[in-house]
Amino acid sequence: MLELERLSKTYADGTRALADVTLSVRVAEIVAIIGGSGCGKTTLLRLIAGLDRASGGAIRLDGETSAGPHPAIGIVFQEPRLLPWLTVADNVAFGLADLPAPERRARVGHALEKVGLAEQAVRWPRDLSGGQQQRVAVARAFVTNPKVLLLDEPFSALDAFTRASLHEHLLALWEETRPTVLLVTHDVHEAVTLADRAVVMQPKPGRIFDELPLSLARPRDRTGLPFESSTRRVLVALDQSLKTKQDTPRRERDQQAAALWW
Amino acid sequence: MTTQAWFSLGAAAPAAPSRAGRRSRVDPRVLLGVFLPILVAAVWEVAVSTRLAEGRLVPPPSRIFVTLQALASTGELWTHVWATLWRVLAGFGLGAAAGITFGALSGSSETLRRLIDPTLQALRAIPSIAWVPLFILWLGIFEASKVALIAVGVFFPVYLGVAGAILSVDRKLVEVGRVFRLSRARLTRRILLPAVLPSALIALRSGLGLGFMFVVAAEFMGASEGLGYLLVDGQQMGKPDQILAAIIAFALLGKAADSILVLTTRPLVRWQDTARERL
Repeated sequence: MLELERLSKTYADGTRALADVTLSVRVAEIVAIIGGSGCGKTTLLRLIAGLDRASGGAIRLDGETSAGPHPAIGIVFQEPRLLPWLTVADNVAFGLADLPAPERRARVGHALEKVGLAEQAVRWPRDLSGGQQQRVAVARAFVTNPKVLLLDEPFSALDAFTRASLHEHLLALWEETRPTVLLVTHDVHEAVTLADRAVVMQPKPGRIFDELPLSLARPRDRTGLPFESSTRRVLVALDQSLKTKQDTPRRERDQQAAALWW
Repeated sequence: MTTQAWFSLGAAAPAAPSRAGRRSRVDPRVLLGVFLPILVAAVWEVAVSTRLAEGRLVPPPSRIFVTLQALASTGELWTHVWATLWRVLAGFGLGAAAGITFGALSGSSETLRRLIDPTLQALRAIPSIAWVPLFILWLGIFEASKVALIAVGVFFPVYLGVAGAILSVDRKLVEVGRVFRLSRARLTRRILLPAVLPSALIALRSGLGLGFMFVVAAEFMGASEGLGYLLVDGQQMGKPDQILAAIIAFALLGKAADSILVLTTRPLVRWQDTARERL
């Protein structure tokens, strides 16, 4: 279980990127963090990944405070960030240097299989398309069996078709070890496709505006009515978060959502 | 959804085309490159043999070739080539080693950079030839002062190249290393070193080029052998064919050394996604 307690980040120039973010994510839960630009979504992930230091608050993984990069926390960045001098397989194996070679090979082979790139194992990253590169990055993050996986808009640079196939690869990998997933996105559709809960954030300073459960059965039918109504609810919350500085009462928002729905 | 529509415009970046097929064939257009020199040589040859030109100060290619052949057959040429090559290699080795060391120090620690970089930049502003009198006083007229001059010439481009390469390593790749909690030593070996390699090799190449430049200067300041000596000797004895023969030997030697450097290091940077395959 991942707990964030009053997490805040103020940069040296005084910008408050995050203010008092408190959130707890259950084991195996997929949470989508959604919000306009500058709402601190990426900052939040960087703090959890240990790449930046929080100005205040705490990050706890299974009750233990985490500071700095944690072996059980993996991340997929917005760009693939593959090491160009390593082959696809060696990139996936990057975090497994301490494992004996046979086990490393087996795990890398399995992960590549899962993202459908087993045949590209010995190629260079430069020979892969953007979508394939991002699949390698996803495999690299999953192969270490992290308890928590952070995804920082990992599919935002891909076209809709590639993105949809990556969603499937991601869920297939997630099914195996069921890590906790924090997915930062600005794509409502993606949030509703993948997440159990949407956390809507608001900028200046970055904070949580609302949380919406997305308790749809998996696999999700993206053309069904429940999917549509969930999408609508998130969109309404997102619009509200961009309009208001202070909290709008929840009842009012629900009414607006209902109005859109009917 | 607007975001989706917006992203699909720039997305689906096409995969870099594989150059595997193209690499094996030699482009016939390389022949264009030798067309001009051959044309000039042929025109001059004809002009001299038909007595349109005198050819005393600018000997025709055939005479240069004969001179080169004579120098080679007496073994004299190889003595000079070897002397020059030895000086370049020794100077290049010392200069490159120092350049890599200081470049690495300066690139990896800000404190060290603030400590050594200003001094080195100031020294770099001195024309290297200006060291010659001092080196001769300190190290004598023989090999040591020559090698020192070449080493100084090689040092600066290598230092700048290596330090700059380290400073420009992509922060995003370093973060990948941090996420996997690499120690400083491992981060250096697994990310910094490979990332720096391509620009460091280019720095070494320009260092080697400068090494050949400075060996001439070094051999001008008093040598009894070496291709630079052949140049001076040709001037003093009024033998332009010998000067041109030495110049041609320099060109071949420099090109050969550069090609060897490129070919031996190419496997290290095979992964590079660049357009300059055959630079």
